[in-house]
Amino acid sequence: MTGTLPPAREHLTLRLVVNGAAVEEEVEARRSLADFLRETLGLTGTHLGCEHGVCGACTVRLDGAIVRACLILAAQCEGAQVETIEGLSDSGEIADLQQAFHHRNALQCGFCTPGMLMAAAELLADGGVPERDAIREHLSGNYCRCTGYHAIIDAVESTAKARADQARAEAGA
Amino acid sequence: MLAQHGEDARIIAGGQSLMAMLNMRLAKPSVLVDINGVPGLAELEHSGEDLRIGALVRYAQALRHPLLAISAPLLARALPHVAHAAIRNRGTLGGSVAFADPAAEMPACLLALGGAVEIAGLDGPRTVAADDFFHDLYETALAQGEMLTALRIPGHTPDRRVGFAEFARRAGDYALVGLAASARAVDGRLTEVRLVYFSVGATPVRARTAEAALEGAPLDALPLDAAVAALEDDLDPPTDIQASRDTRLHLAGVLLRQVAGQLTEPVA
Repeated sequence: MTGTLPPAREHLTLRLVVNGAAVEEEVEARRSLADFLRETLGLTGTHLGCEHGVCGACTVRLDGAIVRACLILAAQCEGAQVETIEGLSDSGEIADLQQAFHHRNALQCGFCTPGMLMAAAELLADGGVPERDAIREHLSGNYCRCTGYHAIIDAVESTAKARADQARAEAGA
Repeated sequence: MLAQHGEDARIIAGGQSLMAMLNMRLAKPSVLVDINGVPGLAELEHSGEDLRIGALVRYAQALRHPLLAISAPLLARALPHVAHAAIRNRGTLGGSVAFADPAAEMPACLLALGGAVEIAGLDGPRTVAADDFFHDLYETALAQGEMLTALRIPGHTPDRRVGFAEFARRAGDYALVGLAASARAVDGRLTEVRLVYFSVGATPVRARTAEAALEGAPLDALPLDAAVAALEDDLDPPTDIQASRDTRLHLAGVLLRQVAGQLTEPVA
């Protein structure tokens, strides 16, 4: 082995972009991305349910793809682009999806909702109107313990249809 | 770093198993070596006759890759069953093989395809056949200070047949029982049959008696009853809170009939 190995560190300075804003913070090497977002940055829309990758409540975007924030260390996000539910809400990217969740009664306690929205947004971003089975499959990693899933599938499906209608209208205009 | 820190150090790639273990305090390494920034490990490419899958190739990346369906149709069938979208975006095929969870799809697929594992260590690189890689529960041929660098899969040929099926209670859950299979179809008969079950023991398990029952059998008249009956000799699955031994054995037979149907059809 040649060269000098970087030393193992318990703390490090982390630089990344969160919801479009540059962030520089000292973090413990052992801190998860979910804890970093919630406790260091105060972005508590990212929820922690199971903390072992099963429930999906902590779903965020890392460099454009959804991931479990509980299964990634903050230290692994050096130089990365992270987007949370706060970022997606503020940008208006999912305003129609949020409205559809409201109309379809697709949430009760709301604990799973940020993760559901993050996961559904990724599927919707692929375009088209996915089959209900495809919506179920894409959301299969997100647990809801109160409304059940039909209303959530309805909301995602109706948003996809509305976006497709709008795209057709714009293409025809 | 692995040599310097010994058993206290673990490699982290996708982290989709290791991070869960850390969170549950099932593993307490004092040093994590993050290989995500290591160049040259994220390629899926032809290497001689083989398909070579670098240690950092993620499930979602492999699923989107144009070579996958052509050169590894078994993986193309199996990967959609691996966990969920957010986990497939991050988890790696190599990590799954290195971790060797007996309920995971990738170790069984690698074994069914007669693949191999490329390993790097201070003593230089070596390659271990999948047949010799999985030793016991989470125990593999990887020695202290070594790292899996790539998976190798023999090139796909027109006579190659593959099959995959698993039974899970919910999409993305670990399977109660799963089966990955490959064979060749020569002169209307199956040969080189490999049936690899997962979630039935400490490692992926080849059902050698059932394989023997199908070896040389005509494609239009596979002796399925005999092959299913042979599973009694091949498998001794555990009873746990998910399912009993007998349920798993029954499901293993159901899956064998499904997968045998796939083996009789050419890969599209």
